[in-house]
Amino acid sequence: MNEQPKQYKWVGTRAIRPDGVDKVTGRAMYGADLALPGMVEGKVVRSPHAHARIISIDTSKAEALKGVTAVITAADMPVADSKPVASGEAMINFKDLANNVLAREKALYEGQAVAAVAATTAAIAEKAAALVVVNYEVLPHVIDVMEAIKEDAPVLHDDMFTGGVKPKPEKASNVANRVEFALGDAEAGFAAADLVIERKFTTEPVHQGYIEPHAVVADMNPDGKVDVFCSSQGHFMVRAFCSQLLHIEMSKIKVTAAEIGGGFGGKTTVYLEPLAIMLSRKSGRPVRMTMSREEVFRGSGATSGAAMTIKMGATKDGKITGAYAELYLQAGAFPGSPVGPAAMTAFAPYDLDNVKVVGFDVVSNRQKVVAYRAPGAPISEYGVESVVDELASELGIDPIEIRTINAAKEGTQAAYGVKFGTIGFQETLDAAKATEHFKTPLGPNQGRGVASGFWFNIGGESCAGIRVNEDGSISLTEGSPDIGGSRASMALMAAETLGVDYHSIKPSVVDTDAIGYHFVTGGSRVTFATGMAVVEASKAAIDELRARAAKVWDVDVDGVVWEDGHAKPASTNVGDFEPMSLAEIAKVANKTGGPISGHADINAKGAGPAFGTHICDVEVDPDTGHVTVLRYTAVQDAGRAIHPAYVEGQIQGGAVQGIGWALNEEYIYDKNGRLENAGFLDYRVPVASDLPMIDAIIVEVPNPTHPFGVRGVGEVPIIPPLAAVSNAVAAATGVRFNQLPLSPPTILAGIAASK
Amino acid sequence: MAKHHITTTINGEEAEYLCEPQETLLDVLRDQVGLTGTKEGCSSGDCGACSVMLDGRLVCSCLVLGVEAAGKAVETIEGMADGENLHPLQQKFLEEAALQCGFCTPGVLVAAKALLDTNNNPTETEVRYWLAGNLCRCTGYDKIIRAVMDTAADMRGA
Ligand code: FES
Ligand code: FES
Repeated sequence: MNEQPKQYKWVGTRAIRPDGVDKVTGRAMYGADLALPGMVEGKVVRSPHAHARIISIDTSKAEALKGVTAVITAADMPVADSKPVASGEAMINFKDLANNVLAREKALYEGQAVAAVAATTAAIAEKAAALVVVNYEVLPHVIDVMEAIKEDAPVLHDDMFTGGVKPKPEKASNVANRVEFALGDAEAGFAAADLVIERKFTTEPVHQGYIEPHAVVADMNPDGKVDVFCSSQGHFMVRAFCSQLLHIEMSKIKVTAAEIGGGFGGKTTVYLEPLAIMLSRKSGRPVRMTMSREEVFRGSGATSGAAMTIKMGATKDGKITGAYAELYLQAGAFPGSPVGPAAMTAFAPYDLDNVKVVGFDVVSNRQKVVAYRAPGAPISEYGVESVVDELASELGIDPIEIRTINAAKEGTQAAYGVKFGTIGFQETLDAAKATEHFKTPLGPNQGRGVASGFWFNIGGESCAGIRVNEDGSISLTEGSPDIGGSRASMALMAAETLGVDYHSIKPSVVDTDAIGYHFVTGGSRVTFATGMAVVEASKAAIDELRARAAKVWDVDVDGVVWEDGHAKPASTNVGDFEPMSLAEIAKVANKTGGPISGHADINAKGAGPAFGTHICDVEVDPDTGHVTVLRYTAVQDAGRAIHPAYVEGQIQGGAVQGIGWALNEEYIYDKNGRLENAGFLDYRVPVASDLPMIDAIIVEVPNPTHPFGVRGVGEVPIIPPLAAVSNAVAAATGVRFNQLPLSPPTILAGIAASK
Repeated sequence: MAKHHITTTINGEEAEYLCEPQETLLDVLRDQVGLTGTKEGCSSGDCGACSVMLDGRLVCSCLVLGVEAAGKAVETIEGMADGENLHPLQQKFLEEAALQCGFCTPGVLVAAKALLDTNNNPTETEVRYWLAGNLCRCTGYDKIIRAVMDTAADMRGA
């Protein structure tokens, strides 16, 4: 592990997080932990059908039940305009978002909300929900992505014509969009190759699996002001979406970010929040709504199942000459799968002259997919990294060596458009190669897999405020919900910049009334972008502190420098003054102009792309088909690790989600399109006894655009495991499965077929 | 339906509440007693976020009825620290960053304490199997397992 460079006192240390004690003592308030006086409980009525026309909804029986305070349907909601907006890292149309929140004409998936009720107790609300009579006309449904693109597939939206193709198709279909980009000439690349490998892959839909179900408390006053307290990855997103959906001015909605019990992209949109506001308006009381685990699985989050073809060619000495990918990703009920980023990231780790990628965004009767950690990239890079592995083994080249031969570096033109600046892919390969893990011999039925991953990382809008209190302590405000220790990172960067003790800084994630707009916590952007805002706010405060010292000394502000938490004369020419500490300046602030603060409202640019390389050892039981992960190493370029322990935590957690995707997790539907495994017993996320330690190795190739070199770390680590695990299984069994998850029946069938 | 009047001990203090016969101990703790540190992740016994001790036994409070706590001793995360002094596990979790979102943390801590109370020298495998009923989606378990092992080592040394 890299220790922090000498010049930093706080950045790079493993300080205790400021919100830590609250979280280990049960004090921290998550989405469902707030109870307001007079509060009632809301409950959603959900479609039992995968695809059905809503003929009528009779709410009279529910309304008549004693204790019921409100019942709502789509008829209570304004009709939304068709208008695309950013949702997490993808786009969504408000008309679709409105229909996803509350179905209007059709229910497009099992679990879609069709009505909601509020009552004095949760038990009464449950009863009332069962009394809402919805008359459906059940329609044929389709779930699988390749089924959904067939000519005769049931069509979800009869007004949807494939975008991105010319001329516009005459028939409506489930293909919402086609994306394509190319660099050079892929066919010429294949012609120049000594070996060409073409494979088809499938991956199943998986869920983000945050342990905290969605939860909200909303309270609407008679004067139209709304207070919302909820668990989300962006309270400004909640404000914007509720404002648009319900036609309430933004200034009237105040959203407070609850502590959030995991999101991984799944909490970058709204489900319950608009319903709770509408129920509160009708009830005249605060309304709390929480999803059950079943509702979480059926009605929220989740990402695409996919099918793809990957074709790559290389020369005898391992140089990749041509690459082609064709990707089909489920969007769920409404357009907007992550096929765009899947297509862009597919070959991004490599310096290639000839690339073509085609992608299709396909709707089907599942919940609308929402971002899941590096949306799309784990899927496409799984296919690519599997073929790279096969090329390497066919050509007799070491898997790290073939990646080194082709690795993108500074100046590489990526097929998706950018020319890379300073990047650290090669450094991750070198670090992986140098591990003891990579050299350790394996036993029988064991195999080792290597895979790499790339993610763009993003910047975006963030704000920060530094208030220097009268006693010299610092109140730091920002608006990025803290999912994994970001308050600590913000305070470390502020302490470093200001030159004060980390412990004198109290960081707070404040509500939407108290600070400017922030884009969601996602895209691996918070430490980069909100961190940049914190540094700029700190610098603004420093300028003010210098000005105040100048006033005390009666010198020009240019004659005062800031060093190590003190104002000092820039040179002896300025005068012979004792340095003034931040606390000393704060103490006399009332005599020098009043309170001292610094603010920054930015749209951060220049996020640094990040790469990771993982090594996985497995043992496959030939009798049961069970795969045990024996050893796992994950190397990643973090640019600069502000808080190395939480960077390692991101890497370890992401790797394990990827292992779950590779080995156990999948949505299983019955023939009616109903989810059969909507619980943690049957949708099996990795548990402690499934896993070894995850060795996280941080490589630091600083991002030149960030004051401390931060790139962002959250997303890359979920990308490599899918291929690292399956390459290891291939090495252990001699069979290439080309499908996930690698569940025991799949493995046994594959082994049997190979004999 | 008539509510039951239950007298019990919660975190060493006598407590009473009224609850419906079908209400779970988890709901009672959160909604009647106001102890929201115990979390609900599934209400089906699969995630361990609701872990509490009932008469010295580790249970999922979502699988226990509120009425069943009558006359028994309930221990929750709120009772783990001794006033301002954190339990060594709580302290170690902070020092070693064994939590990210922190939602699984109360359940994990209650379960880990139950282990160390009976076995202060567990192997890594024992810790992993003991905590197999406590889902954490953020950490990949690595730092949780290490923190529990390191706490055990400290407690043995002390
Ligand atoms: S809430 Fe009790 S085990 Fe999940
Ligand atoms: S820290 Fe988030 S679930 Fe464990």
